Amino acid sequence: MDAIILQVLNGLDKGSAYALIALGLTLIFGTLGVVNFAHGALFMIGAFCAVTLSRFLNLSHQVIDPTKTDFLGKPLKVDVPYIYGLFGENAGNVIIDWAVPISILLAIPVMVIIGFIMERGLIRHFYKRPHADQILVTFGLAIVLQEIIKYFYGANPIPTPAPDVFKGSFDFGAFFGLDSSGIIYPYWRLVYFAFAAVIIGAVFSFLRFTTFGMVVRAGMADRETVGLLGINIDKRFTIMFGLAAAVAGLAGVMYTPINSPNYHMGMDFLVLSFVVVVVGGMGSLSGAVLAGFMLGILESFASLTIVLETLPGINQIIIFLVAIIVLLTRPRGLMGKAGVMEE
Amino acid sequence: MSILEVKGVNKSFGGLQALNDVNLSVEEGTVHAIIGPNGAGKSTLLNCFIGKLIPDTGSVMFDSQSLLGRKPHEINQMGVSRVFQTPEIFSDLTVFENVIIACFAKRDGSFELNALVSVASQFDMKEKAEKMLIDVSMIEKRDEIASSLSRGDKRRLEMAMCLAQEPKLLLLDEPTAGMARADTNNTIDLLREIQQASGITMAIIEHDMHVVFSLAEKISVLAQGTVIVEDKPENIKGNPKVQEAYLGGAH
Amino acid sequence: MLGLNKKDAGLLLVVIGLTVFAPFILNPFPEGSALAQFNAGYPDLMQRLVIFGIFAIGFNILFGLTGYLSFGHAAFLGVGSYAGIWMIKLLTLNVIPAIVASVLVAGIFSLFVGWISLRRSGIYFSILTLAFAQMSYSLAYSVLTPITGGETGLQPKVGDPRIFDSALAEGVTPRANLFGVFMNDSYELSLGSWVFTFNAGYYIAAFFMVIAFYISIRIFRSPFGLMLRAVKSNQQRLNYTGIQSKPYTLAAFVISGMYAGLAGGLLVAMDTQAGAERMFWTASGEVVLMTILGGAGTLIGPVLGAGFIKYFENIVSKINEGILQAWFSFMPEAAQEFFVAIFYPFIGKGWHLTLGLIFMLVVIFLPGGLMEGGQRISNLFKKKSKSDTGSGKASPAPAE
Repeated sequence: MDAIILQVLNGLDKGSAYALIALGLTLIFGTLGVVNFAHGALFMIGAFCAVTLSRFLNLSHQVIDPTKTDFLGKPLKVDVPYIYGLFGENAGNVIIDWAVPISILLAIPVMVIIGFIMERGLIRHFYKRPHADQILVTFGLAIVLQEIIKYFYGANPIPTPAPDVFKGSFDFGAFFGLDSSGIIYPYWRLVYFAFAAVIIGAVFSFLRFTTFGMVVRAGMADRETVGLLGINIDKRFTIMFGLAAAVAGLAGVMYTPINSPNYHMGMDFLVLSFVVVVVGGMGSLSGAVLAGFMLGILESFASLTIVLETLPGINQIIIFLVAIIVLLTRPRGLMGKAGVMEE
Repeated sequence: MSILEVKGVNKSFGGLQALNDVNLSVEEGTVHAIIGPNGAGKSTLLNCFIGKLIPDTGSVMFDSQSLLGRKPHEINQMGVSRVFQTPEIFSDLTVFENVIIACFAKRDGSFELNALVSVASQFDMKEKAEKMLIDVSMIEKRDEIASSLSRGDKRRLEMAMCLAQEPKLLLLDEPTAGMARADTNNTIDLLREIQQASGITMAIIEHDMHVVFSLAEKISVLAQGTVIVEDKPENIKGNPKVQEAYLGGAH
Repeated sequence: MLGLNKKDAGLLLVVIGLTVFAPFILNPFPEGSALAQFNAGYPDLMQRLVIFGIFAIGFNILFGLTGYLSFGHAAFLGVGSYAGIWMIKLLTLNVIPAIVASVLVAGIFSLFVGWISLRRSGIYFSILTLAFAQMSYSLAYSVLTPITGGETGLQPKVGDPRIFDSALAEGVTPRANLFGVFMNDSYELSLGSWVFTFNAGYYIAAFFMVIAFYISIRIFRSPFGLMLRAVKSNQQRLNYTGIQSKPYTLAAFVISGMYAGLAGGLLVAMDTQAGAERMFWTASGEVVLMTILGGAGTLIGPVLGAGFIKYFENIVSKINEGILQAWFSFMPEAAQEFFVAIFYPFIGKGWHLTLGLIFMLVVIFLPGGLMEGGQRISNLFKKKSKSDTGSGKASPAPAE
């Protein structure tokens, strides 16, 4: 029982990331009809927003601390972050400690702007081109983006910790009245799951309750008709792309404490997220979210020792296997609609 | 002798009865038109012929074999060729290549791994393809890319491809839909020429009554999913049931 | 000649000429000159040029003709490498069994993958192939380590069985050969200050590439090839013309898988090692790029694309900051610093950045690849109507 709950929980954080990326992919695909292979790179850029902010906040100048001496007996030079000057030492430390959540404020405008530039500058010209061309050009873009990040940040993962408050773990075992310390789960992962739930809820309510969202949903169902109604689709497409980019970016920001970001994390997630979209059903938002969590949890179950003993290596390929089976038995995915990408 | 025999075909979608006990038979060597107003069930019936839909009840026999549940390529290999509403051709290939593909399909069947033989060395196929192009007076456009053709020429090319397969039955789905009057007349002339030259059996599904009067030897009028009249063209025009179906609209 | 028309025979002769004289063509600059760094006439690189040429020729048979975009072709190359290295370890250091096995095993594997993936088309097909390739890659690194050697990969060892070979003499390292000719045997020809290297492995690989190219011409000109182009153009019409598209696409998939296997087997023959990194998705992406860059659907385009990519990969990776500074040394210092700073991210380890940019630029501006570019330029300069740039199919020409 403990083990099962633990695996479900373990699956949630990866599943959240899959769901958020897949949600953006589906939004872009459903509205714009574009297959975006650079979406993983947006996730990665989001993560590096957090890295950047955290480095920026830690920018320091050296001052001589008269109260301390080094081992030679000389006055010790210490690094003092510039931010102390602005907010004082205590508040400064809190801000540095909270760098990752604060990065959300940076990531939203950055991602939206990147999304706008991408859509206006590149994707727009590919609406009418074959899907193969869309895949290829965004694939090229993904390489370029990740290489740029690699150039500035290097190839090694950069640890970016969560705020101290969330460093500990939550004892689910005690919580459920089972073995205490049977199910230990880091706080930050709970935060990540809650955050993902909020974002997903926000995107869904935005689509459901705003006029903008209604037009977008109508556009996903029947693009031609909406175009005929004289609604300015172009502008909405750009905004949708910005929104999808922001969702991916935020998913990346908050993921940094779970996995230290590196330049190729985007592609690692993208391949799996695409599989998630296909399993959920191309063009189905709820399918994408559902499949994201489902596959995340499935993957974590496949990593159980007992499973690995009977089926070695299954954790590495379970998602692909599921995708292959789903595609062959339910070609439209779990919740896919007819007529999407079936030409 | 009838080559296409439709017996007691019913098809409903949800609560909507699209086809209601349809019976008709196409005689070999004739031109048979199936006409009817929009929503009469023409497309549904056609889809039952070509394997896209399976009727709830009833049978569709071609050359005394059932067509039901067969895939499009199987139905074609049995001898049914199809002309589409908008001409379906291989638009990236040349006119000649379009036709020779149909010749190979006739000779080699649905699959043949002819990977190391040159197309150019298949003299009999080349000759046949060229003859087909002459028949539809397209030979001078032999090396043009099919997408660059005018709509009328695309129709001619599609006809040549179908004829190259020497089908026993040619199904035409609204062959003049969306065409200007001149093109429509050209198409009618082309069909008449072909029919007179080859004596091929044709089944034409048409919305426009005027197109078929000059071509068809027999007309079945479909309305609200059932055949209301089946008769010679001269008797169709004056038939009150037909006039009601067309003028009275759906009721 | 050989069942080819004049134009195709000419094309084949050009390719034969280029491969035979490659040691001269790729080494145009004298040793020790400033431009010698642009020479590419050394064995390792020349081998790669032709081996990846084979890979791209095969990929083009699938993608160029049928339009099915596979994102997992590196898996077949990888599987071919593993099959090859095992032949070298188990049977003999002679490369023939390795090459045969790599083609066969890759063919069987691609039959399996293709049979499943080709049930879907469009982007679904791309994702299925990608999924299979990533699965193979993950498995090669984890569970299949006993067969694949995991992260260290596989190399021939002195203690391997090699049941057909007599025991190696003491202290001799196992080297791949073809009936006693070692792959890394080279003959160097010095003419003045030029040095040309003729390498046995290169010529063996080049021989296979010429054969592969010849077969690809035959396929392009065959009824089978015509059907593949018809699949790309209009599958619905093809089905209503009595043709089943699946067997055709599957055959094309398997053929291109076997080409990939051949490339994998030759890679093993040349450097006698196999590792999972050859199956990574970037490797699959690279062959897509080679084909597109050269011109998908053209005969010679993929060969040019593969050559172009592998050549520039090598050259660009070798350039360092010092060389860059030397290039711009004629400028005032500030301008020199400026240009060095601009170009620096793209050279050396920045090759992938350059590659990604080339990829994007080609897809955006030149979807027909170099062949289309060449044709556009020749159309600009020559008033002559579409001159024969040797592409054969850049603009579909009559079938004969």
